[in-house]
Amino acid sequence: MTEGIRFHYDVDGDNFTSAGEASVNVKKKLRQMGFDPDVIRRVSIAMYEGEINMVIHADGGEADVEVLSDKIIITLADKGPGIPDIEQAMQEGFSTAPDNIRSLGFGAGMGLPNMKRYTDSLEIESEVGVGTTVRMTVNV
Amino acid sequence: MQSNIHSVSLEVDKCKGCTHCLKRCPTEAIRIRDGHAVIITERCIDCGECIRLCPYKAKKATYDKLEQFDHFKYKIAIPAPALYGQFVNLDDIDYVLTGLLHCGFDDVFEVSRAAELVSDYTRYYLHDPHIQKPVISSACPVIIRLIAARFPYLLDNLLPMLPPVELAARIAKKEAKEKHPELKDEDICAIFISPCPAKVSYVKSPIGVEKSAIDGALSMSDIYFKLVSAMKKIKNPESLSKSGVIGVSWAGAGGESSALFNDKYLAADGIENCIEVLDQIENDNFSDLEFIELNACHGGCVGGALTVENAYIAKARLQSLRRYLPVSQNRVPPPEKDGREGVPEEFFWSSAPEYRPVTMLAGDKSAAMKKMMDIERLTEMLSHLDCGSCGAPTCRALAEDIVNGEASESDCIIKMRQQIHDLYAEHKTPESDDAGQEG
Repeated sequence: MTEGIRFHYDVDGDNFTSAGEASVNVKKKLRQMGFDPDVIRRVSIAMYEGEINMVIHADGGEADVEVLSDKIIITLADKGPGIPDIEQAMQEGFSTAPDNIRSLGFGAGMGLPNMKRYTDSLEIESEVGVGTTVRMTVNV
Repeated sequence: MQSNIHSVSLEVDKCKGCTHCLKRCPTEAIRIRDGHAVIITERCIDCGECIRLCPYKAKKATYDKLEQFDHFKYKIAIPAPALYGQFVNLDDIDYVLTGLLHCGFDDVFEVSRAAELVSDYTRYYLHDPHIQKPVISSACPVIIRLIAARFPYLLDNLLPMLPPVELAARIAKKEAKEKHPELKDEDICAIFISPCPAKVSYVKSPIGVEKSAIDGALSMSDIYFKLVSAMKKIKNPESLSKSGVIGVSWAGAGGESSALFNDKYLAADGIENCIEVLDQIENDNFSDLEFIELNACHGGCVGGALTVENAYIAKARLQSLRRYLPVSQNRVPPPEKDGREGVPEEFFWSSAPEYRPVTMLAGDKSAAMKKMMDIERLTEMLSHLDCGSCGAPTCRALAEDIVNGEASESDCIIKMRQQIHDLYAEHKTPESDDAGQEG
């Protein structure tokens, strides 16, 4: 059994146009390692949604991807405003994205629900005023 | 199918080993080895970027010559509609088609005729509730090869229909036999006038069929001067054109989409734009779109590497040519059944393209993961200048090559310089330093 490989990304909060680059990069690496297309896509979508969330709500953050032979763990950590009511945030269509973000086609309230839908487990730790850490696992 | 036959070749004498093509190849399929470019054939998708970019014209497209087909009794020219945009002051497509007959062809059949059939059938196909949406156009072979190598999840979104050029060749041969019952199959050949090397490759290794009905592909730029002089001698062109605005518009980006009379489409051109769009589709970002048209060349087929005229000038010329054309001359009456079942079976692929994991580091996942770990470590140690001097397009690509045993760390000139400095520092003893000062 091979030990895990970690990939680390700083997600820039100031640059909206570069949001999503880390997930594209991870996708390329997973392909090189021969993961199944469906697994790659699930990781890519979950990570993309998380990246966008960090850019919209938390002025960026850090993304860590740990690749093991049987699962892929994505950890997204930010020092943003935190989520006051996680249960509410998990509901489809619920969004606190500002109007300027919505005008770009984001903020449909599908970010967290999609992250849950495309992964095998989703854990959220959040403290208002301190930040949020999202940990997602995709089983291979 | 999907073999590694390509239509890009290198004139070694002309190649300086510079980094123009190396750095712009969208699939990192080029390396500089022994002072000249080398193409990694399994990675090449025939986009033609390197042919366009090479300042020394060392990259060449390979294609057929008309003389190769002299042994056929009946030669049919299959011109792509992009051809019509290549001529100054052309006001009638029949001059081009008649000109082709004067160049040695016995008959012509426009790709745009078949394109009009494909447009109609695509419209019916899109009504099918069971198909994967958005449907991605399969007319550009570069895009299919790109998806097969890089976006395997989207293979099911491809329109599983044969490209207009293939259907044109089939119908042309059938019509020829009806017109000339004395002709046998082996007497007739269909020769495509291609705007790009990718479609030349398609003829040799087709997608969706075992064997293409097209027998050869000529380059638009190669036949151009012969055709221009033939056209100048024409007083009364024969009435040969049998397509309309819809078919001719396929030559430019957006033409295929606008023929669907459906505003839920996206049309992108230029390989780098297509890659970005595919990355986003894979992330489910366009769930409300029905159709995606992707053209690897800027401007669409008029931007192909084998065309003569600038893509946008050619597109403008097509606009004025289209003005007096009917909307379509090849209408398909609405079929009894809508959706996929409304499309005749012979329009569909007989076999679908498959995932080609060409960038996979090793056949076995744990070996690939181990290699990835080495690549990550090595990449960190390199300069991140991506200068290309080592012969790989980026520092990361060099790290991959080193791990795959195809390059070594000393190929990096920055590393080498560092090593020389270190060596110098090591041998520079205090005595020799003093001696230097005294001298």
